[in-house]
Amino acid sequence: MSATAPTVAALPANLAEHFPAGVVADTRKGYEGYVVGAAQLLQVAGAIRDKLGYNYLSSVTGVDYPESNQIEVVYHAYKTSGGPGLNFKVQADRNDPVVPSLVGLYPGAEFQEREIFDMYGVRFDGHPDLRRILMWDGFAGYPLRKDWKEPFFEEDLKPFASRWPGGDVRRSEELDPFGANVQYPPEFDPYEWTPETETAIYKLIQPKAGNGNGGHLKTDKLIVNIGPQHPSTHGVFRMVVVLDGETVVDLKPVMGYLHRNHEKIGERNTFLQNMPYTDRLDYLASMSNNHAYALSVERLMGVKVPERAEYLRVLMVELTRICSHMWAIGFLLNDLGAFQTPALYAIKERELILDLFEATAGSRMMCNYMRFGGVSRDLPAALRDENTMDFLRDLVNNRLSYAIDELDRFLTNSEILRSRCIGVGVLPAEKAIAYSAAGPLLRASGVNYDLRRADPYSIYDRFDFNVCTRPNGDVYDRYLVRIDEMRESVRICQQVVAGMPTGGEILAGKPQYNVRVPAGESYGRVENPKGELGFYVVSTGKTNPWRYHVRAPSFVNLTLLGEVCKGHKIADVVVILGSIDIVLGEVDR
Amino acid sequence: MIDELSNPDIPVPDELKASVTITTLDKIYNWSRRSSIWPMVFGLACCAIEMICTAASRFDISRFGMEVFRATPRQSDLMIVSGTVTKKMVPQIVRLYNQMPEPRYVIAMGACASGGGPFKEGYNVVAGIDKYVPVDVYVPGCPPTPQALLHGLIKLQEKIDSQSLRDVRWYKSETNEPVPVPVLGPDLMDPRQYQLIKQRALQAAAQAEA
Repeated sequence: MSATAPTVAALPANLAEHFPAGVVADTRKGYEGYVVGAAQLLQVAGAIRDKLGYNYLSSVTGVDYPESNQIEVVYHAYKTSGGPGLNFKVQADRNDPVVPSLVGLYPGAEFQEREIFDMYGVRFDGHPDLRRILMWDGFAGYPLRKDWKEPFFEEDLKPFASRWPGGDVRRSEELDPFGANVQYPPEFDPYEWTPETETAIYKLIQPKAGNGNGGHLKTDKLIVNIGPQHPSTHGVFRMVVVLDGETVVDLKPVMGYLHRNHEKIGERNTFLQNMPYTDRLDYLASMSNNHAYALSVERLMGVKVPERAEYLRVLMVELTRICSHMWAIGFLLNDLGAFQTPALYAIKERELILDLFEATAGSRMMCNYMRFGGVSRDLPAALRDENTMDFLRDLVNNRLSYAIDELDRFLTNSEILRSRCIGVGVLPAEKAIAYSAAGPLLRASGVNYDLRRADPYSIYDRFDFNVCTRPNGDVYDRYLVRIDEMRESVRICQQVVAGMPTGGEILAGKPQYNVRVPAGESYGRVENPKGELGFYVVSTGKTNPWRYHVRAPSFVNLTLLGEVCKGHKIADVVVILGSIDIVLGEVDR
Repeated sequence: MIDELSNPDIPVPDELKASVTITTLDKIYNWSRRSSIWPMVFGLACCAIEMICTAASRFDISRFGMEVFRATPRQSDLMIVSGTVTKKMVPQIVRLYNQMPEPRYVIAMGACASGGGPFKEGYNVVAGIDKYVPVDVYVPGCPPTPQALLHGLIKLQEKIDSQSLRDVRWYKSETNEPVPVPVLGPDLMDPRQYQLIKQRALQAAAQAEA
């Protein structure tokens, strides 16, 4: 299957027949799937899950259509047995959008629905905890609505007239009365204002005094905030934990401390301008973020990627996977208390890979490497005073396998690692699927679901590699899956280096800064190191996307953090978080 | 530094040369401070990854005496603001800065911390941490390479070298006021701007009526 082949199925003929009153096929040009009436949604979604077998809800997102005065909630469901997905939508009145919540059917929708509430103001009936998630409670406005404008707003679409062709740029601060990126509602008086404190979250998990120690001793439960500035949270992430002694009774993640408004900015950018922004989502895996975004736009454009570019893409993406897993393992050990030293070993080989990225793409971390229809640059002739191909051969045939074996030898049978990880944070397979867990988290629970095999994209169908699974679903198995996956990635890299065509073009057509993308919607997804990364792009046929949504694996994987941590000790919470392996750039976007 | 210590401008009798050296108090004071800057364990975004790489084996920040990353502001000399500062996070950053004892330094690492960077237009982004806390060194880049960060740290050492005990602010008799912590209202509110906020909001309301 080529990169441009659609990943969403033709309509299963029976769905509209099943529900003649509530379901119609989406006939807008370039759109797929069904439009479901809000009243029927629960029933239809239940049938989709139970009768049609789409048990994995990948993405939920909103789109604002002010012209028809509607906000559309878009669902993408898949089967964990593999194959194309099913896309269904609900339309709600923009002035008072209410949609039934699917949390009961697909618990993995919880955070994603909260995000839609936060960004569009859609209320989800029956949602257990409908609060803002990325912005704070009390923030004025629903920022992703098309008519909501930020204080530094300049124009609807880029490139701005002030930059091009005139080039008369002024600092945004000069245009704002406060000299900062802030605005307040009319008649707002800060002296009269009472803060909306965080009582909402504390009320949700209000601790009840209980009887610890076998019921004889009366004990109080304690609320502890871990983060947002805490060395073990892998960035700016906060967990509100209720403790009974050292045991976790309840845990609520709080995020948004790195919410950088990717989607709002992305809908103003041109299609290509978004490419460097995708680097900054999961900043440990910029190459594979590029790949996912390129795939989803290429689907709309219908370009065919040249052979050599496909090989380069796979090479870069698999090297990225190794970097990212190395990092994850190194810092998992950090979380276990082996401060710094194992991480130094784990990220040693990463520097070699980053040198390759820097020599090829121009930057160590933010590669901005892929383009629609190929990649931006070919491999350099030489690297670190060596022929690049010789360097690559040495890297994938010797050095990387050696580094992985070294980690394996030091860690896998370490008594401390085993006793801290085995049986901790167990996630059963059914729960992992229900919560839309993805990536190593899902596969460590024994679910054989890797997009490179389940829904192949690019040229992965040509390579010989295994999907790594482990049966127990605990922290230790997640660690093992990462070790296994690195070995499989090395195998893929070896095949790529051996089979890469020499010469040939790396970009289809001539390079364009401002591409016009045919109207329609597209959901492109790849198997990122952290899990399933998807880009939902809606184009109106112009040069800027109408909707640019990122289905971030780290964000969705956090949905089950509270569930998995319950009953464990507080020190294990840090380890479980480390084993989920989040990157805050992607969680908060 | 070693050369200066062994060859001071003031003559030392020959018999004492092996055991006595003459320098200024400023130099000794600054030399010890610049060689043991303890940064805070404080990562915000992508730049934090490059900060970790700077601390790791290849670039080795300990060559500058700065490898002792402290997880508490109370023991830190340096805050490296490594990443995008969001409105939701800035109250915590200001609070951390207030908790650091003097002498304290701030490095704005990368485009975002220096001025908002690629995310400047975003509704949840603060266009540069220098709107709230004083910054000593700006390191450009997105993210800055470890070499660039090391260059920034060397610049900070030069700045420390140029300071004198006589006029540094932490030995002055007047007390340092803490930076007012911003508040999360309908948007981020700087307590120093309350009067302006009220005034502007009334104006806006009047305009809307007219």
